[in-house]
Amino acid sequence: MIELTFPLSDAAVRDLKVGDPVSLYGMMVTGRDAAHKWLIDTFIKKTRTPQGDDAQAIEALTPLLKGGAIYHCGPVVAGLDTKQYRFVAAGPTTSIREEPYQADVLQHFGIKAVIGKGGMAARTLAACQSVPAVYLHAIGGAATLIAQTVTRVVGVHKLDFGVPEALWVIEVKAFPAVVTMDSHGHSLHAEVEAQSRAALDRLLKA
Amino acid sequence: MRDLTNDILELIRRTSTDLPPDVEQALGAARQRETQGSAARGALDTILENVTLARRDSSPICQDTGTPIFIVRYPAGWSTRALRAQIREAIAQATKKAYLRPNAVDSLSGKNSGNNLGDDTFPTIYFEEVEGKTLTIDLLLKGGGSENVCAQYSLPHTGLGAGRDLEGVRRVVLDAVHQAQGQGCAPGVLGIAIGGDRGSSYMASKEALLRPLDDVNPDRALADLEARILRETNELGIGPMGFGGKTTVLGVKACGLHRLPASFFVSVSYMCWACRRRRMIADGDAVRYSDRSEP
Repeated sequence: MIELTFPLSDAAVRDLKVGDPVSLYGMMVTGRDAAHKWLIDTFIKKTRTPQGDDAQAIEALTPLLKGGAIYHCGPVVAGLDTKQYRFVAAGPTTSIREEPYQADVLQHFGIKAVIGKGGMAARTLAACQSVPAVYLHAIGGAATLIAQTVTRVVGVHKLDFGVPEALWVIEVKAFPAVVTMDSHGHSLHAEVEAQSRAALDRLLKA
Repeated sequence: MRDLTNDILELIRRTSTDLPPDVEQALGAARQRETQGSAARGALDTILENVTLARRDSSPICQDTGTPIFIVRYPAGWSTRALRAQIREAIAQATKKAYLRPNAVDSLSGKNSGNNLGDDTFPTIYFEEVEGKTLTIDLLLKGGGSENVCAQYSLPHTGLGAGRDLEGVRRVVLDAVHQAQGQGCAPGVLGIAIGGDRGSSYMASKEALLRPLDDVNPDRALADLEARILRETNELGIGPMGFGGKTTVLGVKACGLHRLPASFFVSVSYMCWACRRRRMIADGDAVRYSDRSEP
């Protein structure tokens, strides 16, 4: 088990290989469909002008993302009435939906780790090589277990996106994951896809 | 007619936080089959530990508590209007108690309603009047990751060499599982409907997911098909979470529906390993819950 504390150095990222089990510590930011679209439209492609608290949100998030981690997660959160937030269930969501955005978001903000499930495709894998960054696969559905590694909810941005889609800033301790895409161009997902394709072809020939 | 809001709230709590024993057993057996030290084995260890923690703490097994799908079978004399109101109230309360995530998003404005209540289709509720005096409510919490990898095929399918017979069904289902890879949170459960129109077919494939994993289809041909698809999908080697491994699918449940001469649909509903289902049974004033949704 390799312990990683955010922010990560380039050297720490390059040491990681597909198949490595990791245990995560420190701060991360959750972000999924609405967050990625917001980051791209407002701050990268700039097709949308910043509105409301956008400027404050990005000012707070930028230093956290530099060398940091974005977690594809839409949590169940208790304490919404009192703002004494507590993560109750917080497993990963399917990452492939962010494939159109992820490479640009990694490059723009200097993010070193994407945490999610199901893996991502060629553009993200290429960005993992150039940034460099890694894709860390959390266990889908293991939501209560992962929530118990969240030691503190530091804050939340864009809560108007709704609880699942907001950007939650959290601190974690011993969050378990596996490296499935590394900064050397290797992807476990591409490998399993090819092997299972060969198995499917055999079964369909029978 | 008594008010069932609190009983339905308890049905939701159990469904979201307590995995049925047949599913947990299947996951345990899958764990034994994976090699020590493999990513697949590690994934199943984490999954099983999470199941135990969620049950102990009454917290959601998965943060995606999905589309709540209720199937209500009621004796004559019950008001479906009142039952719908009670189900919706129970959903809002369960969301407040963090048994459910607020999941209802207006597709036009993008706004999350915040209380898990949308229009009449969210939550999804089906009503059917039945003989006798017993009211049953089945609940399935169907997450979005697995819903996104469901597939519907129109046979014949040239690319897959699938004709309008059970061999054709086998071929398209294998394709659907290959396409899903680990995205639907493998190892999953497959609900398969053969026939119907596009709508009824998908609905029947979802209802098939309510069957316990260890039951046997009373139709011999379907039982054989289920067993073969289970064996062959596991030969694909996709494995837990798509990490590679011996268990890709935990169970296969198939059913047939009448169809039009022109149409032959095969619907594959993929349910994640967190196959969250429960039944509530109300008999007079007595309410009980069952892990098994058998007739």
